[in-house]
Amino acid sequence: MSTVENSMLESQPPSSFRLKAGLFPLTLLEVQGLDRQSFERELQLKVAEAPAFFQQTPVILSFDADARGDMSLAELVELCRTQGLVPVVLRGGSEELQQQALQQGLALMPEGRSRAAKAEPEPSPAEDVPEPAAPAAEDEPSAPVPGGGGNRVITTPIRSGQQVYAAGGDLIVLSSVSAGAEVLADGNIHVYGPLRGRALAGVRGDTGARIFCQSLEAELISIAGDFQLSDDLRGKLWKQPVQICLSDQKLTVEPLA
Amino acid sequence: MAKIIVVTSGKGGVGKTTTSAAISSGLALRGHKTAVIDFDIGLRNLDIIMNCERRVVYDFVNVINNEATLKQALIKDKRVDNLFILPASQTRDKDALSSEGVERVLNELADDGFEYIICDSPAGIEHGAFMALYFADMAIVVANPEVSSVRDSDRILGILQSKSRRAEKGERVEECLLITRYNPERVAKGEMLGVTDVEEILATKLLAVIPESESVLKASNQGVPVIHDKESKAGQAYDDAVARLLGEERDHRFVEVEHKGLFQRLFGRK
Repeated sequence: MSTVENSMLESQPPSSFRLKAGLFPLTLLEVQGLDRQSFERELQLKVAEAPAFFQQTPVILSFDADARGDMSLAELVELCRTQGLVPVVLRGGSEELQQQALQQGLALMPEGRSRAAKAEPEPSPAEDVPEPAAPAAEDEPSAPVPGGGGNRVITTPIRSGQQVYAAGGDLIVLSSVSAGAEVLADGNIHVYGPLRGRALAGVRGDTGARIFCQSLEAELISIAGDFQLSDDLRGKLWKQPVQICLSDQKLTVEPLA
Repeated sequence: MAKIIVVTSGKGGVGKTTTSAAISSGLALRGHKTAVIDFDIGLRNLDIIMNCERRVVYDFVNVINNEATLKQALIKDKRVDNLFILPASQTRDKDALSSEGVERVLNELADDGFEYIICDSPAGIEHGAFMALYFADMAIVVANPEVSSVRDSDRILGILQSKSRRAEKGERVEECLLITRYNPERVAKGEMLGVTDVEEILATKLLAVIPESESVLKASNQGVPVIHDKESKAGQAYDDAVARLLGEERDHRFVEVEHKGLFQRLFGRK
């Protein structure tokens, strides 16, 4: 934006863009060693395990305090990019590292739970990275199934205190989502039981994502960062089968015919 | 193969120990060799309810630390053959329970021919409760018909199906719900959650509904598990629960408001 327009922008909201808070899960790449060759080899192997998952995936770089090696940050970023990973943010790190990061066009993010990170224009870094938790024993709950688009099907109730995340796809729950539980998906969320907890669809910013449930009793509903709390949802569609979508950047609850 | 059953709830004071005492006595009364273990280290109660408080010499923690053998620590119940109590320590804290130690004791009990091992869990979701549920094959989740108790039970069910040994192996822990302190009159007035509400929220199988009854408190104070009180509704409800655990089909009783006849109203007897 040009400085001439500043005075005008103060008085009326911008029409060319909107600033919104978003909640996006991001992959954190914790660098434990800086030996170039072994890093390259191990990264290749990892990416080969799930190539679809690493297509243009934004990652946060974080350095272990005792990571040793001769690789510079520039080389590391280059290596990541050739493997399909897009480093966007440096988390923590020494002043020297931070300088190098700025030269590479990375944003900086403080150590620990950060509230405000300087955002790259595309894609936005997360304010808070949700940790996907599996309700049943599963080693890598967020690892997408090749060809399955990262969809997850949960057949058992999701209980208070549990968090289930479908990275890169839809989340389908064949049972109930209890009050105090949280379900997240990059795509749509289907709940074939009562939805009493929190449901966040399109957490990576997909505004076309929808939430479907058999009985709307949710504590919170969110699509691509736009959310409503249960107080706003307690209308005549409360406890009814509904679908929720974003239309004209507004959350809309519609009955399921 | 011994069946390990944890009696748990999340919330305190809902009747876990009463239930553990009643269910273990009921199983033993039907001829099954049963052990009941108090996991509430530091706040032991089971021995009081089972009236063997004065016979405690060694406890669960002593066995775990190899300071006593299991045989020395197990207390034989005076009322029922086949029933043994492993009391908690009153002077230690819950960190004294090690996973390896608990597993060893459970294995030893199984090797000794015990058919059922009832683990009486402490309240909360901390280490003690976690140890009690970790090895379970089945869980009896005790809840009172009120919102906070039901919410805590929901939480504990989640932990059970995600953190227990069975969950780690990709199997499910069999779960069932036992509602205590149920008062159909208060449910009818809308002061209490109804059975169907609780069942629906927790989405799990109902084992039994234990009506609110003075006999429960009396039984605790006298050190006689309430299942021995054949006259009381609570005792009968626990008897039904044990029968259902063993695969019998029984209708749920004491769930509806009783309509008292004129005679009963005039000479109202509780």
